[in-house]
Amino acid sequence: MGPSPTVRRVRRPQSYYIGAGIFFLMLAAVTGFIYYSTLKIDYVWRWYRVPQYFLYHETIEKRAEINGTVQRISREAETITVVVSGDDGTESYTSPAADIRVSEGDVIYSGDVLTIHKKWKAGILVQGMWMTLKVSVIAIIFGIVIGLFTGLARLSDNPALKWSAVTYIELIRGSPLLVQIFIWYFAFGTLFNTLIAKNEGLQNILRGLLGSTQIVQIPPLWFGVAALAFFTGAYVAEMVRAGIQSIHRGQTEAARSLGMTYAQGMVHVILPQALRRVIPPLAGQFISLIKDSSLLGIIAIRELTKATREVVTTSFQPFELWTICALLYLFLTFTLSMALQYVERRTITS
Amino acid sequence: MIDVRNIYKTFLVPHRVEALVDVSTAIAPGEVVVVIGPSGSGKSTFLRCLNRLEHADAGHILIDGIDVLDPKTDINKVRAEVGMVFQSFNLFPHKTVLQNVTLAQTVVRRRPKAEAHDRAMALLTKVGLPDKVNVYPDQLSGGQQQRVAIARALAMNPKVMLFDEPTSALDPEMIGEVLEVMKTLAREGMTMVVVTHEMGFAREVADRVIFMDAGAIVEVGTPEHFFKNPTHDRTKLFLSQIL
Repeated sequence: MGPSPTVRRVRRPQSYYIGAGIFFLMLAAVTGFIYYSTLKIDYVWRWYRVPQYFLYHETIEKRAEINGTVQRISREAETITVVVSGDDGTESYTSPAADIRVSEGDVIYSGDVLTIHKKWKAGILVQGMWMTLKVSVIAIIFGIVIGLFTGLARLSDNPALKWSAVTYIELIRGSPLLVQIFIWYFAFGTLFNTLIAKNEGLQNILRGLLGSTQIVQIPPLWFGVAALAFFTGAYVAEMVRAGIQSIHRGQTEAARSLGMTYAQGMVHVILPQALRRVIPPLAGQFISLIKDSSLLGIIAIRELTKATREVVTTSFQPFELWTICALLYLFLTFTLSMALQYVERRTITS
Repeated sequence: MIDVRNIYKTFLVPHRVEALVDVSTAIAPGEVVVVIGPSGSGKSTFLRCLNRLEHADAGHILIDGIDVLDPKTDINKVRAEVGMVFQSFNLFPHKTVLQNVTLAQTVVRRRPKAEAHDRAMALLTKVGLPDKVNVYPDQLSGGQQQRVAIARALAMNPKVMLFDEPTSALDPEMIGEVLEVMKTLAREGMTMVVVTHEMGFAREVADRVIFMDAGAIVEVGTPEHFFKNPTHDRTKLFLSQIL
């Protein structure tokens, strides 16, 4: 039937270009207005101060720990070794290629600077973002597991399972996350940590496991993760339930008629289809979780928001830093959203 | 083979319907029984009770001497021996045609992958679809999907095959290919219980025809008896309406 039709460019109406123009004009107007207002209150924009919170050059001073004389300084390709000998013995100090502050034969005292070198370190915002990512990923993984089992329990005919699931879901969905975080940290946290501290046998086991000699306690991080995981789990459970119920009854009947047990039918037939269907709402839930992790600052977890707040109090650059903070969250959520869209497209074609 | 004694089934949801009232029959090995009747006569419910997809309220169903309704019976073992083909195919859409046929073999029968694969290939060839093994069900026509569904049930080496209106959801030009596969099965001596509106199939293949109405068996007989000189008025009325 002749050559295939060439793809013709759709000619857009003029109103489209006018609309686009208005959008960019408004964007410029809002930005300009904000900038103008900040000038009115004499706010000084110092964007050049921001990069140091991502990456900075730390100065490290190596100090002597004993009194004595510098016996030998030896240089190798990348390192410098300073050997100091005194009444208490001989010590050697190795550091990367550096600025040397002593020469052979110098008499030095404990605490004197021997060498100075510089090292690149991740700034507080990167550390905060890493913490946000870590907390979110762990909470998402636990949230999926909790949600999956709760969703299945929710559909069970057994009252013990079903009612437990309903109670859990309603408790979580009916109370603010902030309050749940307080309960996890101040109530459960105090409870667990006090019980752990009082139990000698358990302490010994934990000390052995962690190689610690002090009293072992659960750090706030894990209460934060638990709060987020159980919060997310309740919502995931409802999505899993809806996903399973959306699969036609004939699928279960076909699986069971072939002799599969309930569990086999779930694993091989129902769940693969149901989970594929709930990827879009799950993606929305996980994006919410990343944003909700900003609440964890209140229980002394230094995630992105708390890190930004700390930097703002020392630098007095709130406008730049809070803007950056928002953009970093956007980066995390956008990346996750793209990743899940990729997964969704892959599972649908296969 | 199958012995049904006085079963009853009443649905309460969405409203009270007495779907089966005192139904009894026996089906011998190798017999092909066709169940016909108007909509809502309980013929599908009867079929679904046989492998306990519906749980009969009272009575006994014995398959190879095993009481299907006994709570102590491992129903999954019974179902593995009873193949079922549905009106709406119910193929697994996330699995390829081949995987549809191998899944239960490996999961339920615990056959090695290679053996399940060979059995699936043989059956898909038998139903005329050896070139469709690696496509997904939604790329097949209704008739092809139903043939895959038959292969999937046969892969378990069932002793009985249940067909629940297997051609009712098909376009007319595809009914023939599915009936052809069923006729082949019948000729090979498979025990079959078929709920259908295909009177041609009943006349040609059935050893016995059961006519149901209002949840009860009204008349049972050979196809000749049935289509030439039915005794009950209800049967005559039904046949006059559809033939």
